[in-house]
Amino acid sequence: MVVDYGAGNTHSVRAALEHVGLTSEVTSDPDRICSSELLVLPGVGSARSAMTHLNETGAATALRQRFAQGQPMLGICLGLQLSFTSSDEDGGVEGLGLLNGRVRRLTSERVPRLGWADVQPWGETYYFAHSFAAESTDVVATSDGVAAVVQRDSFIGVQFHPEKSGTAGLRFLERCLTRV
Amino acid sequence: MPYARLIPCLDVAYGRVVKGTSFVDLRDQGDPLELAKFYSDGGADELVFLDIKATPDDQTTLVDVVRAVAEVVAIPFTVGGGIRSVEDAARLIDAGADRVSLNSAALAQPTLIAAIAHRYGSQAVVVAIDAGDGVVHSHGGSVATATATIPWAVEAAERGAGEILLTSIARDGQRNGFDLDLTVAVRRAVQIPVIASGGAGCAQHVVDALRVTDAALVASIVHENPSGLAGLRREIERLGVVLRPMKESV
Repeated sequence: MVVDYGAGNTHSVRAALEHVGLTSEVTSDPDRICSSELLVLPGVGSARSAMTHLNETGAATALRQRFAQGQPMLGICLGLQLSFTSSDEDGGVEGLGLLNGRVRRLTSERVPRLGWADVQPWGETYYFAHSFAAESTDVVATSDGVAAVVQRDSFIGVQFHPEKSGTAGLRFLERCLTRV
Repeated sequence: MPYARLIPCLDVAYGRVVKGTSFVDLRDQGDPLELAKFYSDGGADELVFLDIKATPDDQTTLVDVVRAVAEVVAIPFTVGGGIRSVEDAARLIDAGADRVSLNSAALAQPTLIAAIAHRYGSQAVVVAIDAGDGVVHSHGGSVATATATIPWAVEAAERGAGEILLTSIARDGQRNGFDLDLTVAVRRAVQIPVIASGGAGCAQHVVDALRVTDAALVASIVHENPSGLAGLRREIERLGVVLRPMKESV
């Protein structure tokens, strides 16, 4: 199941899931969000409009419920950022609050941070395109000192775009999604 | 810092890939899907599709091309040409484009930059600048405007652009190297990444550009020898610029 919040890159995410043998559908229906076996919260858009959409459709409540029940979820890019308590984007946005921490604007020399970068300690290279990043104790891998992967209970969030990271990205999706 | 990026550019007209010299005299180069797959396999870090005709009919064709490309390539791609509204951008992004490139429409209506960035984020908005004689040119490089290049780049960044695609009109298609002075001047003036475009004729030219900026656009040098992209990457690395490691072909 791929969650729709009005501005996500659902098409590319679905194409990548298909590559690793997973059929998916796109939804913002709370019941479907709770009942699906796997769930992907994809990755582009602005935090405020995404949260507004998730709140209006009831998807936000369903996502919190799903997390509380320990059902697997993958957040990609903005999908990772929305899982935190708050984001500094758009003058401050309240997130889903699944993970403790906040999302701050990058302080790198060039923002947005665009391109392929190494993720440590994994030793893999993935594609990033972001202006904000998480600050959290749930960070499990980094890239140039920035949070690249966060994990807490059944939620895993990646700042990079596995659906846009060639074979490395497809391998990640396969490992991450087909073992649950 | 992310790795320097090598970006093949596919100029599209009527659903086919073409490439001109100094923006005119189009020559047919092939099927966009086939080339996109080829470059993705050969190690392109990203792709750019520019619809150089961009008629209303072409918009529909372009959306179909974008949807098909998103199915076959798992690397990011930018689409430009004929985007005049948030709705135009939305159609392309919803079809699978990662970023849209604005050119004449951003000059005519600068608020469009912020409007698209607000909905999709700055990383989704590229402002393409066709530069010649210190000023920005619109309409595929054919019309010189009164807007100076550097201030326009600064304004575009302030309005929410996430990257500048900077083309030197004089160098485009000439294969005698990028306009490095122009690239450096624009990159110094902004805090967003800058793609150098126009003039790639050999690996050394690309290396020269990647030493001063974030990414380089290449067109005819790869279109006329599509299987040569992997070789071009090796040559660039031999000349001292580190590109992303590729554990296997995609």
